[in-house]
Amino acid sequence: MDGNLYKIIGGIMSKEEIDIFQSALVAKHEVLNEDEKIILLKNLHVLEKQFPKIKSSDPAVKAVGAKKGDLIKITRVSEIAGTSIYYRVVVN
Amino acid sequence: MEVNAKIMEMFEKYCKDNNIIGKQKEEKFKQFLEVLEKSAYDPLEAIGIIAAHSISEPATQMTMRTYTMATQRDRLSKVTQGLPRLIEIFDAKKSLEKQMRIYLRPEFNTKEKARDIADKIKAKKVKDVIESDSIDLIDLKIELDLERDDEKDNLIELIKKANIDVSSRGKKIFVKPKKSDVRTLRKLRSKLLEAHVDGIKGIDEVVVAKDGEEWMIQTAGTNLKKILKMPEIDISRTRTNDVFQVYEVLGIEAARAVIFNESKATLDEQGLDVDPRHLSLLADVMTVDGDVKAIGRYGVSGAKSSVLARANFEETKKHLVNASFNGEKDNLSGVIENVLVVQVVPVGTGGVELKVDVEKMMGKNKKKEE
Repeated sequence: MDGNLYKIIGGIMSKEEIDIFQSALVAKHEVLNEDEKIILLKNLHVLEKQFPKIKSSDPAVKAVGAKKGDLIKITRVSEIAGTSIYYRVVVN
Repeated sequence: MEVNAKIMEMFEKYCKDNNIIGKQKEEKFKQFLEVLEKSAYDPLEAIGIIAAHSISEPATQMTMRTYTMATQRDRLSKVTQGLPRLIEIFDAKKSLEKQMRIYLRPEFNTKEKARDIADKIKAKKVKDVIESDSIDLIDLKIELDLERDDEKDNLIELIKKANIDVSSRGKKIFVKPKKSDVRTLRKLRSKLLEAHVDGIKGIDEVVVAKDGEEWMIQTAGTNLKKILKMPEIDISRTRTNDVFQVYEVLGIEAARAVIFNESKATLDEQGLDVDPRHLSLLADVMTVDGDVKAIGRYGVSGAKSSVLARANFEETKKHLVNASFNGEKDNLSGVIENVLVVQVVPVGTGGVELKVDVEKMMGKNKKKEE
């Protein structure tokens, strides 16, 4: 789901709501679709519950419109490795 | 082996500087990969302990006291630095010397405009806009003497909201509560003086400073949510040192970034060279459950799954008693609990177990026999 769409559906967020991804602190968040998820779990040999977690109330999760159980791919800009990829699973 | 972008960049630069091309470069790359593989952590290496050591040892050399920089111009009066700041970050403290660094968009980047914005965001209380206040004991009302006329309407509106009678004459405002005896008046006066009138709540002190070529605003006290909504602000670079506020407004990933940046900046400032990988691991551990956890009794160490590991850290009795009440089970899968019961710890070679695949072994032997 698109971030902007969420604002319309949710109705709670006001129009003045800031785009948090503008901040350099916030890494890029992407929701993985089912196929990507299965491939990832297979490649890493892990279970879904073993991933680091992210709350469904997290502003970044709301902005990308993820639901409970979704895997989120986070692309960090890191000073150590250039870019590094991290995964978090959405929990309540 | 996967090579990350930064290291690849360094390799390319090295090749370019030393004029290495073609086959030579391929060979160099092979060597390079070998070195890289050697320097990588092995599976089951106890990186947590290495990180803990690597941060703690330099931290013992940090200054133990909080710096106050009241004498310096264009600086905030109180800045926590050194060891106290590091403890604040790792203990995930909620009450700390909060600060913000607000950067402005290029079109607002002049001294005058920065001053205006700083003036606008500074929280003003009633006591900041009045010249004097007094209690009229005959009429039983509070008199507020305003500094300027332009705050008057705003102030009257504010007091009216609280359902209190208010009247005004000239620069004076009279507040008359319904139940009027001297004691309520006194209480009301002290409350009234602290009431928020204008600006952004939480921003107690503002200083306009120059950072390189551009003007920015340093504040004591933070209110990230409201500040980020202002159109004059450059969202991408505006920072606060309050991890929890960042967590609320920007989410867990941003909180992780703040923990990492702040701890690194604190160590760098003291001239201590700690590898950023250790700090990055620490920041990951603190944010792994989706919220910010302190390193310590009420955070990471208190949330371990193993009873013995928890009891070993602090509050031994509490954990053991609670565990026996709840019938908890300890699988002895961690390091600490295995040290406690004198077993091989699951670290390094101790973490690997050998299992014999009988069928395969027999199969091999058969082949040999043939």
